[in-house]
Amino acid sequence: MRAARYGRIRMSGELSGQVAIVTGGASGIGAASAALLAEAGAAVVVADLKAATDGPPDKGGRFVQHDVTAEASWQALLADVLKREGRLDIMINNAGISGGAGSVESTDVQTWQRVQAVNSEGVFLGCKYAIQGMKRTGPDKPKSKGSIVNISSVAGLQAGAGALAYTASKGAVRLLSKSVALYCAEQKYDIRCNSVHPGGVDTPIFDLLWQMVGREQGKAFLDARHPIGHMAEPRELGEVVLWLASDRSSFVTGAEIAADGALTAGLMRRQPFVAP
Amino acid sequence: MSRLENKVVLISGGASGIGAATARLVVREGGKAVLADRDEPKGRALAGELGDATLFVPLDVTDEAAWNKAVAATVDKFGGLHGLLNAAGVGVRNSIEDCTLAEYRRVNDVNGLGTFLGCKAAVPAMKKAGGGSIVNISSVLGLRGASYAMAYCASKGAVRLLTKHVALHCAQMKYNIRCNSVHPGYIDTPMIAPRLDQPVGNMSGRQWLEDLHPLGRLGRAEEVAAMILFLLSDESSFSTGSEFVCDGGLSA
Repeated sequence: MRAARYGRIRMSGELSGQVAIVTGGASGIGAASAALLAEAGAAVVVADLKAATDGPPDKGGRFVQHDVTAEASWQALLADVLKREGRLDIMINNAGISGGAGSVESTDVQTWQRVQAVNSEGVFLGCKYAIQGMKRTGPDKPKSKGSIVNISSVAGLQAGAGALAYTASKGAVRLLSKSVALYCAEQKYDIRCNSVHPGGVDTPIFDLLWQMVGREQGKAFLDARHPIGHMAEPRELGEVVLWLASDRSSFVTGAEIAADGALTAGLMRRQPFVAP
Repeated sequence: MSRLENKVVLISGGASGIGAATARLVVREGGKAVLADRDEPKGRALAGELGDATLFVPLDVTDEAAWNKAVAATVDKFGGLHGLLNAAGVGVRNSIEDCTLAEYRRVNDVNGLGTFLGCKAAVPAMKKAGGGSIVNISSVLGLRGASYAMAYCASKGAVRLLTKHVALHCAQMKYNIRCNSVHPGYIDTPMIAPRLDQPVGNMSGRQWLEDLHPLGRLGRAEEVAAMILFLLSDESSFSTGSEFVCDGGLSA
């Protein structure tokens, strides 16, 4: 098992005393990130539409019902976290939807707006309220210190002839993250902001594909498209998120971190190039 | 002077700035230019000045029905559609802390949704014409972030990537339609006019903006239009899904 390699060298308690919010934290990359952040000692708030169904409701952290598209929901979440946990150090803007496989010809305005609302506006609001929270002083916390991690996609680096609305939304997250990083640097907030660009990760975002072609066949197809030979387990992305959340990445801000098994790296022999 | 002979080009934001400069060049090179803009008096005036090779249509780029009407009027008048320039856009200054959700949505609707709807409306007409070229105006701020233009950067990042989607989709479908993005630096157009008089520190707004560019000056709309003309013409026949930068070295 690949997973057995992880988790041995981490200092326990590296993030103790820190408070993290993970949107979409009940499943996929979000759940894996929440678990790793908690393992490193952070108090984790799992913000999602619904609690995880495959375990205790507080798996990985305290669950808070949250809709990333609703500003009122963000205000309530931040107020709740500042009241209960008293501070905010880490914001993982992970919630996202695929919006189906619509092309420029088949996407309707409603689908476009729905995908932008979750993937683009949701991350915008997440950054905005994260900064508000990080500027509050908690016990042992200098003012305005923190790390924001926005989950974009390989679709924010290269397009596929797949989903138009998703691709556009992830391009927005990529550039928005840089602007947030620069703004916080300019204001001397000591808040970093980076985007992560995962390749194919075995999460519920592929449920539709599994339904269409079957899970085994779908996975084999996606495995073959990544030069590294396989799609990622959620935990492999969780490790990237943890690194960006922690001080180990203290000089990394405004960066695009591709964790994609070389999917966007270029061309290689033998495997025909297939647009992601 | 016939690099666009018999080609019909629909231009959103055609009444001013980069759109208007491109319209002049299209007509000079033997093409037809349809000026689509919210600013009706300005659009009609320019169409009047440029003569028979032009048509004005009113257009709010966030309105899908208006786009369909604009394409239909274009085909009615000139018999087909071969080129689309998505030049309409809004430039707004805001940071992550002061931008409201309503403002974020408005900027992304005009720049992002507006460009998507332009592509969507144009593709069927271009298919009928046997092919075409779509040029989407992104920005140097679709390549680099800016602390003072968060929503604008997000919207231009969306344009940068949606352009690649359109290029790959049309290639896969064998439509013979190309699609590229253009990334201008600060161009001396009405969009940035309000900023020229706003001082930054001890510099005038104009001086600050000029200094961002290694070439030491603002770009001219005609300089961007020259790049767009190349992309609209068959001279760029092997370029699709690409980012064309016209920024006086700013992003270098």
